[in-house]
Amino acid sequence: MIGQITSALMAILFAVGGCALFFVGANVLLDRTLSSRGHMTDLQRQQRDSLRESIRPWIFIGPAVALLTIFLVYPVFKSLWLSFHDANGESFVGVSNYQWALTDPEFRISIRNNLLWLLVVPTLSTGFGLLIAYMTDRLWWGQIARSLVFLPMAISFVGASVIWKFVYDYRGTQGDQIGLMNAILVAFGLEPQAWISLPFWNNFLLMVILIWIQTGFAMVILGAAIRGVPEDTLEAAQMEGASPMQMLFRIVIPQIVPTIVVVWTTITILVLKVFDIVLAMTNGQWDTEVLANLMFDWMFRGGGDFGRGSTIAVVIMIAVLPIMYWNIKRAREDEQ
Amino acid sequence: MKKKSTFSFSLILKHLTVLFLVLIWTLPTLGLLVSSVRDKDQLTASGWWTALVTTERNEVYRTPIADEQVAVEGGWRIYMPLFEAGSDRSIGSWGLRADEIGLNLPGDKVSLDDGSAISVLESGELDWFSETPFTHTRGIRVFVDARIPPRFTFDNYREVLASEGVGQAFINTLTVTLPATFIPILIAAFAAYALAWMDFAGRHWLLAGVVGLLVVPLQMSLIPVLQLYNQVGAILGVPSKSYVGVWLAHTGFGLPLAIYLLRNYMAGLPREIMESARMDGASHFDIFLKIVLPLSIPALASFAIFQFLWVWNDLLVAMVYLGQGVEKIVLTAQLRELLGSRGANWEILTSGAFITIVVPLVVFLSMQRYFVRGLLAGSVKGG
Repeated sequence: MIGQITSALMAILFAVGGCALFFVGANVLLDRTLSSRGHMTDLQRQQRDSLRESIRPWIFIGPAVALLTIFLVYPVFKSLWLSFHDANGESFVGVSNYQWALTDPEFRISIRNNLLWLLVVPTLSTGFGLLIAYMTDRLWWGQIARSLVFLPMAISFVGASVIWKFVYDYRGTQGDQIGLMNAILVAFGLEPQAWISLPFWNNFLLMVILIWIQTGFAMVILGAAIRGVPEDTLEAAQMEGASPMQMLFRIVIPQIVPTIVVVWTTITILVLKVFDIVLAMTNGQWDTEVLANLMFDWMFRGGGDFGRGSTIAVVIMIAVLPIMYWNIKRAREDEQ
Repeated sequence: MKKKSTFSFSLILKHLTVLFLVLIWTLPTLGLLVSSVRDKDQLTASGWWTALVTTERNEVYRTPIADEQVAVEGGWRIYMPLFEAGSDRSIGSWGLRADEIGLNLPGDKVSLDDGSAISVLESGELDWFSETPFTHTRGIRVFVDARIPPRFTFDNYREVLASEGVGQAFINTLTVTLPATFIPILIAAFAAYALAWMDFAGRHWLLAGVVGLLVVPLQMSLIPVLQLYNQVGAILGVPSKSYVGVWLAHTGFGLPLAIYLLRNYMAGLPREIMESARMDGASHFDIFLKIVLPLSIPALASFAIFQFLWVWNDLLVAMVYLGQGVEKIVLTAQLRELLGSRGANWEILTSGAFITIVVPLVVFLSMQRYFVRGLLAGSVKGG
């Protein structure tokens, strides 16, 4: 154990030191080889200067570009290519992987569930986030309340799954329920249920976990936006006798629509990639399969079907494309 | 007057609503934490919200058979302690039939048809006396209402750390997380500086590319990078699943956000500082190292927390590129494994889960300010 800690520390030193050494070394090397000191004409000096300074940006950005290319850009094209090939990526099979996807019952269930997730999770996370941010804005214990709601953001999806699986726990009809949800039901005289294996509704129980995690994110971003709403518009509305809810819907929300959209899209992207929760809670059983988990499954199922796995990844990618386009467009507008 | 009273009513409603929401957001975690230090028998017998009160549990015991009787003055006696020695349990009531469990108090004597008398003391000692020798070959059943006082213990943690592989997984996670946090920061800082302050062809395209890559789903990379690792492993004769592979993968996947956050921050630094340094003949490398990097520490801290939480909490990347071997499995993967193999052992799961979430929670709570700043920079400004 001590050995592993030492080697981990060594690895950190080695990796970070190696990176630092690269940057320092490359810059020093550039300064040496293309030095503009010594005997030369002004023209030569200028040429050297400009050559040197046109190379330097690529030293700065080179490692990043290389890593981005290997780990993100190349894989996008490779996945696309693989999706038109068979399980081992050896022979071209046309669109048959996509045809398989359209008729595969698991894939269809996944599409249905992903649509449900996309509909429910961003809406409720943003909704709860907005509500809590607005209600705690001027509460004397608002800061504490916000911190507590924010806390689940630090918890891993697997950890959160354990937490909620415990809430949903079912003990049969004998003995006390130790799951909070069934205990509350029993207290109201209702029948306890094995919630996780109850098709269709169990999807919503899995969604609750992500909503629980993401509401804090929405709350923080929207809270900052709410604080940016001009004081005088709120005061004017209060003078007119508007209720707090009217003020939220008529004054606050219209002024923070762009932020709401950003929060919404950020959570949407996250939802498309949701994997850990489904794997940990049900592994797709009882009709809870989603695309990301199905993809993971096909990566290894029967020795791994890279064609079908890639096809599912491409489907997820296509769903992200509109958001990607919109993000780039907005970033370019910001630059101007 | 009327106006004022409705106002305070709505204020109370507001407090109550917030309280209710906060409870929903905290109770599940509290339940986990409380359960993880409860005695494992109590944990499965009663809800965690009853952890502080004495639990009552209906239990059934069978008396010894006639062989175990001892001769005492005036007759024969069968004796059995129902609870283990040193147990702090006690008897609330007892009976000889399931529906008579509440009938007798501790110390009461119940006469049986054969003239013998049986009693159960509060300490759980069963005493059965007869003037004639016992002859039964099958013990009779005794139903008791056992009272179990609350008991808290760190045994669950001890067990999960030592024998369930969580201790080793903790070290493994640390080995993955620290390099995978620091490497991308360094690489991204240089790239962000170049994108913010250096002039070169294709700068705007690169920036647009980074923004685009921000949302590329990880799933697209899984298979191609796995193939790449397998090929590299085969060519170099090294295992394809390695810590180096995971560090590089996390670096690649974390870079878009890192570059984006740091570039936005660096681009916001005052132009005059850079220009006057340029005038003094400082190279870009000097400016970056001596001016920009120290000024960017808040942004570096923000990203460091993001990346730390993301890598620590990651399951997918670790499962695909590191595998599930004992010497490499990370906490999240180990916890998922336990969910499968020890799904009913809540004492293992709750303490295991708490161990996996405690480090991120501490980091998060102590550095929340930087985290929030990073969140705001990442989503409100631009992208």
